[in-house]
Amino acid sequence: MLRPYLAILSARFQLVLQYRAAALAGFATQCWWGGMKVLIFSAFYAGARGLAPMSFAHTVSYTWLGQAFLMFLPWYVDPEVADMVRTGAVAYERLRPVDGWAWWYARALAWTAARVVPRAALMFAMAAVFMPLVGLGRWGLRLPPDGLGAILFCAAILAAALLSASMTVILNVVAAASLTDRGANAIAAPIAIVFSGSLVPLAFFPHALTPFMRLQPFAGLMDTPFRVWNGELVGAAAVGAIALQLAWVLILAVLGRRAVEAVMGRIQVQGG
Amino acid sequence: MAQVVVEDLRKTYRVAAREPGAWGAIRGLARRRWREIEALAGASFAIGSGELVGFIGPNGAGKSTTIKILSGILRPSAGACEVDGLVPWRDRIRHVARIGVVFGQRTQLWWDLPVIDGFDLLRDIYRVDPARYRRTRDELVGLMRLEPLLDQPVRQLSLGQRMRCEIAAAMLHEPRLLFLDEPTIGLDAPAKLAVRELVGTLNRERGVTVVLTTHDMQDIEALARRVIVIGKGVILADQPLDVFRAGVLAERRVVADFAGEAPRIAISGVEERARDGRSLELAFDPARIAAPALIAAIAANHPLEDIRVVHPQIEEVIARFYDLHGAGEA
Repeated sequence: MLRPYLAILSARFQLVLQYRAAALAGFATQCWWGGMKVLIFSAFYAGARGLAPMSFAHTVSYTWLGQAFLMFLPWYVDPEVADMVRTGAVAYERLRPVDGWAWWYARALAWTAARVVPRAALMFAMAAVFMPLVGLGRWGLRLPPDGLGAILFCAAILAAALLSASMTVILNVVAAASLTDRGANAIAAPIAIVFSGSLVPLAFFPHALTPFMRLQPFAGLMDTPFRVWNGELVGAAAVGAIALQLAWVLILAVLGRRAVEAVMGRIQVQGG
Repeated sequence: MAQVVVEDLRKTYRVAAREPGAWGAIRGLARRRWREIEALAGASFAIGSGELVGFIGPNGAGKSTTIKILSGILRPSAGACEVDGLVPWRDRIRHVARIGVVFGQRTQLWWDLPVIDGFDLLRDIYRVDPARYRRTRDELVGLMRLEPLLDQPVRQLSLGQRMRCEIAAAMLHEPRLLFLDEPTIGLDAPAKLAVRELVGTLNRERGVTVVLTTHDMQDIEALARRVIVIGKGVILADQPLDVFRAGVLAERRVVADFAGEAPRIAISGVEERARDGRSLELAFDPARIAAPALIAAIAANHPLEDIRVVHPQIEEVIARFYDLHGAGEA
C-alpha cells in the first residue's frame, strides 16, 4: 500500500541531504540570527525584569530551537512542484498510479526532513555542546528537565514535521491552481514566521490573543514542541498539545486532499 | 477485441481572451472575457490489441488532447472512452498502472538520479514484484543497450540516450498499451533509427499496442500499418497507410537522369515536378499512362542515363491531404 510513497520519501530524502553547501550556509545564517536574537532578548530582559512571560533561559532555548528547526516553516512551495507548474509537467503527475495528495505529501515530508536534520544536528552541537564548553552556557541551549520531557519533545517534533509537510502540500495546490508559485510564496513565509513563534515566542503576544495563538495551526510547528522541551508543557498538557498538532495534520490533510483532486481534475495543459 | 474505444469525444478549453495593448490589459482586470477553443469536436475510433497506429495531424489538431484524455490526464467535455474496460479519468489510478507513456518533450526520469535508481523507483511506484522487475529490466536493458548508461545521472545523458531510457522506463511495469508522443523529436538520424527499431520490436515481439503521434513522417512510414489523421478536432481519415497514400495522391513519380541538359517532356498525363541540371522529376497518373510506356516514350527520344519509379514522399502526401481538407494550422 505505502510502497510508492515510502520509495519517493526515501529517494527524495537522500537526494536533498546531499546539498551540504546549502545546509552549511543555512547553519551559518541561523547561527548569526540566533546570536542576534539572544543579544536582543538579553538587553530586553536586563530592562524588563518581572514583565517577561518566560524565563530568560527558556527564551534563549526557544530561540536556538527556532533556529535549529527553522526549515519546519512552510517557507515556500515545494520547488519540484513549482518547477512542474511552470513547465506544465505538473499534469504528468497524473500518470503515476498513486494518490495525488499522498504523493506530494511524501515528497514534502522528505524535503522538509532532509533540510531540518543536518541543520538541527549542527545547531544542537553548537548551542547545547560547544557554547557551554567555551563558557557561554548562559546564552546557550539548555536540555529538557527530564527524560519524559525529552521523549514528549521527540513526539511533538515529529508531529511538527507532519504538520509542516501538510502545509507545504496546500502551498503546492495554490501554486498549481494559480499557475505560479509566487503568490503562495509571498504569503506563506510572513504568516508562518509570526504565528509559529519563530519571530518571537507566542507567549510574548498580548494575553488576550493567547488562546487563539495556542489553537491556530502554525503554533504546532514551533511553539508547541519548544514549550514541551522547556518543560512548560508537561504530562497531560503536553499530550493534549501534541493531540492538537495531530488534529491539525488531519484537518489539513483532508482539506489538502480535496483541493488536490479539485485542482488536478480541472487542470489543463495547453499546447505541447 | 478493441483495446481502446473512443466515441464522439469532445473537449473544449476555456481560455482568457485579452484585447491587445495596454488598454486591453486594463479592461481585462475589470471584466475578463473567455474564449472557447474546441480542441476535439467529436472524435471516434477503436484500436485493437497488438496494433501499431500512427496518430497524425497538424499542430493544434487535437492529437495531444486525445492522447492526454486516453492516458487519464485530461477529462473530456463530452463523449465516451474506454481503455481495457476502464474509463481513464474515472479509474485513473488503475488505468495508469496498466499503460506506458512517453512524451518526447518531457522526462519521467529523475534528473539528478542515476538511471538505475530511477528505474528502481518506478518499480516501487508501480508496485512491481521484485523478481519480475529484475527480469523485465534486464530484458529491456539488453534490448535497448542501456548497460553503459545505467549508473549515469539522467542529466548527463544525450537526448538519444535519454529517449532509449525513457522508453525502457515506460515499459518496466509491462504495460499492454504504450503511448508515444513525438518520441523522435530532436533526435539525430541514428538515434531516430534506434528508437524506431525499439518501438517496432516491442510491438512485434511483445505484442504491445502502440499509439504513436509524431510529425516525423518517416516514423509513420517505418512503423505504422494504420494511420488516424486528425484535423480541427475531428478524424479525417482512419485507414491502412498504403490505402491512405493511394487515396490522397494516386500519382507516381519518375526520376530520370539524362546525358545532357534535362529536356522538356510533353506527354499528356505527365507533369514536371522538379528539375535540377541533368535530372528531372515527373509525376504521372498510372491510370492514364503505364510506367513502362512512359519510360519507353522518354527513352525513345532522349539520351537516358538512369531512371527510377518512386512513391511520392509521405510528407507530400500528408501536406496534400491537409490542403484538401483545409486542415492546416489556422
